[in-house]
Amino acid sequence: MGLTVPGERNTVSYAPESQEGWVATRLDFLVNWSRANSLWPMPFGTACCAIEFMATAASDFDLARFGMERMSFSPRQADVLICAGRVPFKLAPIIRRIWQQMPQPKWCISMGACASTGGMFDNYAVVQGIDTIIPVDVYVPGCPPRPEGLIYGIRMLQEKVMNERAADTRTRDEMEPDPESQLYIPPSVIDELGEPFGNSVHQTRSAP
Amino acid sequence: MTPFDVVDTGTGSPGPQPVTPRNLPHRGGEANPSARALEDKFGAAVVRVDVVWGETVVFVDPDSVKAVIRWLHDDASQQYDYLSDVTAVEYRDALVPIEVVWHLRSLPFRRFLRVKAQLPKGQPLEIDSVYDIYRGADWLERECYDMFGIRFNGHPDLRRILMWESYKEGFPLRKDFPLRGRFSRSEQLRQALAQNPEARYSMEELSIADAFAELPEDMRERLNKGERTGE
Repeated sequence: MGLTVPGERNTVSYAPESQEGWVATRLDFLVNWSRANSLWPMPFGTACCAIEFMATAASDFDLARFGMERMSFSPRQADVLICAGRVPFKLAPIIRRIWQQMPQPKWCISMGACASTGGMFDNYAVVQGIDTIIPVDVYVPGCPPRPEGLIYGIRMLQEKVMNERAADTRTRDEMEPDPESQLYIPPSVIDELGEPFGNSVHQTRSAP
Repeated sequence: MTPFDVVDTGTGSPGPQPVTPRNLPHRGGEANPSARALEDKFGAAVVRVDVVWGETVVFVDPDSVKAVIRWLHDDASQQYDYLSDVTAVEYRDALVPIEVVWHLRSLPFRRFLRVKAQLPKGQPLEIDSVYDIYRGADWLERECYDMFGIRFNGHPDLRRILMWESYKEGFPLRKDFPLRGRFSRSEQLRQALAQNPEARYSMEELSIADAFAELPEDMRERLNKGERTGE
């Protein structure tokens, strides 16, 4: 999936000579356009990815170009959770609670290898990908990703927002975790995804 | 001289200026004078003295560790006034005992001393706390307990510090602990999500919360406004 040039359906028809003072557009487009260009991020920075995130927000790369200059340190005023860095198990209930405190519509960017998969920390203390705790919209690879990488991820998220339909309320429903295990995805899937790979296969593990 | 007398260590101090030691031998070399003083004072309680890369390691009988450290702290000729670390070492060999390590520093005498006590495996890992001597040992000993499961007798609030309170998998830095933990990933995640992030207060903090209604009016008002007492 890559970035595409917006097609004809997303253009605003505006001819000042014939329709002075009038703009005709689709409501979906207008709502999505304003949402996509005013995403307020909730930064959840736990490691070196947060340094790159700060660099992205600073003047050289300038997140303000995308309407994101206002960091929302309160989840209640945030639109997109940017998890930058590894999440240990001790932080798992905290990031879950922050996500649940954010009002709809909301999105999540998993920034960097550790947030997306656990990265090199295939050990007892680190969550193997935050998608096991909260739903994720965009994964940004890298260790840490360069600011260009994060901006690419943000542009992808903006494209996703632009393609949403107001009539489709499914995407706006709050996901409820399984009441017994408090997980969004089945435990067997988490176990399968968390299997060791690479050097980790030589590690010992007792029975579950 | 009392322990609180200031020993002048500036440019006007009588001793030589400190220099970075070079070409140190791996083993041997000049030992910290405190090691000889300990041998004279405690005799058989001092098991062995090693000098490794110019740093002196004193192996002490586990039962007399507290007396040794108290003497090093209190005695005017030693004045080890700073405890920089408490940690432990476990070796892969099942016959080699677990070592508890104290890093002591004497700021007035510019001395560094490493004290070790050996705890044989297969017995309960218990040793005296030095919390009475150094308040800074509080969190260091809690971390050592959290990671190695060594119980420090006399510590006022010995509970986990890095892992959460309800962590059930054991002590992560022990050699028999699998790197990826004992439980499956989903079970680890389920237990982690079941923890209550707000249940991390010490007994002292909890007793303050319990006694909140009994506090004087003005103190309750100040606490309600968000004022914090010193931590």
